[in-house]
Amino acid sequence: MSGNMNLTLKVWRQKNNNAEGKLVNYQVKDISPDMSFLEMMDVLNEQLIVKGDEPIAFDHDCREGICGMCSLYINGRPHGPKDRVTTCQLHMRSFEDGQTITIEPWRAAPFPIVKDLAVNRSAFDRIIASGGYVSVNTGNAQDANSLPIGKEDADLSFAAAACIGCGACVAACKNASAMLFVSAKVSQLALLPQGQPERYLRVHNMVAKMDEEGFGNCTNTGACEAECPKGISLSNIARMNRDYFVAGFASDN
Amino acid sequence: MSILDAKIPEGTLEQKWTKFRSSVPLVNPANKRNLEVIVVGSGLAGASAAASLAELGYKVKVFCFQDSPRRAHSIAAQGGINAAKNYQNDGDSVYRLFYDTIKGGDYRSREANVYRLAEVSSGIIDQCVAQGVPFAREYGGMLSNRSFGGTQVQRTFYAAGQTGQQLLLGAYSSLERQIGMGAVKMYARHEMLETVTIDGKCRGIIARDLTTGKLERHFGHAVLLCTGGYGNVFYLSTNAMGSNVTAAWKAHKKGAHFANPCFTQIHPTCIPVSGDHQSKLTLMSESLRNDGRIWVPKKAGDTRKPIDIPEEERDYYLERRYPAFGNLVPRDVASRAAKERCDAGFGVGASKMAVYLDFAFNMDRYGKIEASKKGLENPDAHTIRELGKGVVKEKYGNLFDMYQQITGENPYEMPMRIYPAVHYTMGGLWVDYNLMTTVPGLYALGEANFSDHGANRLGASALMQGLADGYFVIPYTIGSYLSKEISTKSIDTNHEAFTKAEQEVQEKLTKLLAIKGTKSVDYFHKKLGKIIWNECGMSRTEAGLKKSIEDVRALQKEFWSDVIVPGTADEFNPELEKAGRVADFLELGELMCIDALDRNESCGGHFREEFQTEDGEALRDDEKYAYVAAWEFKGQNQFELHKEELKYENIKIAQRSYK
Amino acid sequence: MGITGLFLISFLMVHCFLNSLIFINDGGETFNLGAEFMAKNWLIRAMEIVLFGGLLWHIIQAAILTRENKKARPVAYAASNPSANSKWYSRSMGLLGTILLIFLIIHLRHFWVVSRFTDEITSGRETLFNEMKEVFSQLWVVILYCLAMVSLGYHLLHGFKSAFQTLGWNHVKYNAIIEKTGVIISIVLPVLFAAMPIAIYMGLIK
Repeated sequence: MSGNMNLTLKVWRQKNNNAEGKLVNYQVKDISPDMSFLEMMDVLNEQLIVKGDEPIAFDHDCREGICGMCSLYINGRPHGPKDRVTTCQLHMRSFEDGQTITIEPWRAAPFPIVKDLAVNRSAFDRIIASGGYVSVNTGNAQDANSLPIGKEDADLSFAAAACIGCGACVAACKNASAMLFVSAKVSQLALLPQGQPERYLRVHNMVAKMDEEGFGNCTNTGACEAECPKGISLSNIARMNRDYFVAGFASDN
Repeated sequence: MSILDAKIPEGTLEQKWTKFRSSVPLVNPANKRNLEVIVVGSGLAGASAAASLAELGYKVKVFCFQDSPRRAHSIAAQGGINAAKNYQNDGDSVYRLFYDTIKGGDYRSREANVYRLAEVSSGIIDQCVAQGVPFAREYGGMLSNRSFGGTQVQRTFYAAGQTGQQLLLGAYSSLERQIGMGAVKMYARHEMLETVTIDGKCRGIIARDLTTGKLERHFGHAVLLCTGGYGNVFYLSTNAMGSNVTAAWKAHKKGAHFANPCFTQIHPTCIPVSGDHQSKLTLMSESLRNDGRIWVPKKAGDTRKPIDIPEEERDYYLERRYPAFGNLVPRDVASRAAKERCDAGFGVGASKMAVYLDFAFNMDRYGKIEASKKGLENPDAHTIRELGKGVVKEKYGNLFDMYQQITGENPYEMPMRIYPAVHYTMGGLWVDYNLMTTVPGLYALGEANFSDHGANRLGASALMQGLADGYFVIPYTIGSYLSKEISTKSIDTNHEAFTKAEQEVQEKLTKLLAIKGTKSVDYFHKKLGKIIWNECGMSRTEAGLKKSIEDVRALQKEFWSDVIVPGTADEFNPELEKAGRVADFLELGELMCIDALDRNESCGGHFREEFQTEDGEALRDDEKYAYVAAWEFKGQNQFELHKEELKYENIKIAQRSYK
Repeated sequence: MGITGLFLISFLMVHCFLNSLIFINDGGETFNLGAEFMAKNWLIRAMEIVLFGGLLWHIIQAAILTRENKKARPVAYAASNPSANSKWYSRSMGLLGTILLIFLIIHLRHFWVVSRFTDEITSGRETLFNEMKEVFSQLWVVILYCLAMVSLGYHLLHGFKSAFQTLGWNHVKYNAIIEKTGVIISIVLPVLFAAMPIAIYMGLIK
């Protein structure tokens, strides 16, 4: 079943991180409003492949909004014009027939371009490796119910833990800051008793790693929160800042 | 044909694992430092295994094709994870979890493995909580539970509708901790394309760096495949786009037997296909069947809007056929019933391949309760419905939003349209009690192996199995192998076996790029998916399977002569990755049909139309088919069947009935 | 930025209070008393140095941040729609701050230089009040001051609550109060400041 939308796409093409990139125009026809944005990209790629051209590289995997692999800066916004959805759950009915859509990769120095629209977000992994965990070896655990956790704290912690690590916060921020991402992990663990022993060491190390990776600074514009597909709250950043000050003033490290 | 030895320890069911753990040979810490383990895949099984082994002191390398280990598809699991904690004081026990799992699997899984799974289930929850996984809790601070299909106790732990995500992030953070400490070396955006066997033992892999296209050789004293299931053989499934069988299939072609490939789980409540453009299917949680009634019009080809069809012209077919369980029959039964109605011409929606999941009845029921709570006397129908909508929104709001986002329809006003979709594969690499495949030193964990779910998996058991294998089974069982390897020095990757394996990979890539045909990889994948879905999906026939084997073989030939793969091998080339994966699916699809043809019975997800009771239920043949079918690769299009007899010493086999 | 920002806001509040004394409209008598106190109190003189330090630090930090933030995104987006996710003034603190800095140089030249580096006022030949009346008799100065106060308003509108966020002083119970206080301060301070040149220019202050 095909649809009736015709669109002009301006897509960023770049062979690899060292090559020059540019926006290239494409036309797609007979797009169904029921297609997801990435399925529309599939249609375009199919056209390119059969013509013998190189398809457009973009990251995607689960296509149900949870793995965090898809990205795309669509018409000036990460994950496109709708709030609280990832690109893979954005549907073409959110666009109009005849529209021109500009598609760019996440842009940040710590997210180098792999090819076209795909970027390397391993800086996020390195930040987690610097402290985004509870140091507990397999087999060390006590009974799960021996640590009562109030529902409110458990729910707040869960809300922070809902981060999918897609990087939309960095893409949206005018400073390419990763504060929302880092604060989500810091908050998740700071709100739980399990996270207390390493609380201040964790925030200290993770912030240091974040800076080392070359992310920008937070100027509290709130763009990250507005664009986050999972609605991670700015209050996590405040919590992280608070812990960071405590770590600086009151702890040994 | 040979009989396979599962190496199940002696002793009573309850003693097997305890005794095994106490007597398995150990490796001392100094030797562990010199032993290298390769883990392929970073989902629940892979991440938990890698972290646990690194904690023990082994040198670990982890590979995943995604850009980060946190993206593995375990992340998409919604419902929950089972554990025999008995926190609800409702009579749960290790034995009950074991029994439910064996019965749910329609008596086609291995007793000893399932009992061990039930035994370690409790420790998984402890471990995850200690890592900071934010499970749902009650106001008193204790963990909350909910119930799931196929059980009578509340043993499912959950974190809203994102349990898989939270468990994976827990395992991922443990993995990242080991990476940070230098105990694990991570290779993201790397795909395993071959195993390397030296003197009959698995000694490493060939991996492709997907960013640069460079082939790499990696040595390991042991290799663990934690690469998930192969549901994407159907093209459309609830799996992620990148989920594939390649690692398992390469291992299979190098000597690892593939067990029960035809056992696939079709989940009854998914959003139906909306057109040819569709790339994947989205699950609507099983929990919706608690409050939704499933129906189709009584008149075939009825084009009226669902709300215009009067009550007496609706066929609530599950309630009609299964009065005792109604809308809550197990997944395999509900899926088949939906297919039966649609095939008979009663399907709804544009494609006619959907049934209604209708919340109106329960919205009104809840609305009346709410009205009486509020003390409203004689509320009108509109008020009742609005109150009921509020209750439903609170219970399932996020799922309803997701449905609306995908279909553009408002499920509060119109019934949802649903149809079954491929969700999970019970089959996989054959492993013994140690999780070792038929190739010494090569292990398979999680969905990649076959061992625990028989012919049908119960809800909330996949997460349990992945983490059980990774956290609590492999750290012990691998010792029985590696303790004999302490004198094996790290093998130089210039060894001829590595050179040969790399050459094979290189040749295959070159061949794929050289065909320069006229049809895209997706064209073949879609075509394969249709064949397998039609003939080896929810119901299978001898004639259909025979024909599909021919069809798949013909498609293999067409693929290798007419596929077009753009670009080169020395760059980031997603089409090339996809081509390799589809090439493997094409071979697996053939084996699935062969396996389904061999199994002349119906059990769990495998329904052969020839073998059913008078009223259309699955008819098992325990005398002839109480075995695991493990297939050995003998050359292109040739597979030899080996059997592992399934002995039920603790459970009495019975027919499943939901009438 | 948060600490220096809040410190500068506290100065603005004192400054605004003292200058508002002209609205008593007593020919500058009370205002001049206040000015004299500020000029002769040693604690205030010491604070003046701290104030300049704070201002300088605020500016230096801003410059460092801007430089680092530019470096974090070397390639700009071709199409950007930031108004969909944030307020323009929150993204334009550097610009607003630069306008304020330019204003500040002129402002300091008008009053601070005269009172500190000439003996006009200390010698009693002139009062600060009269100096004000003279400066604000020029229309361009009045317009400049008004524009600068618009900048100040927006700078504070983001800056006040942003400072609290940066310092982690954040709590569901008090967030609304912080938000409202910020809005009030960023309206009241600039309006009062702008009212001074306007009132003097229009001859409302005798």
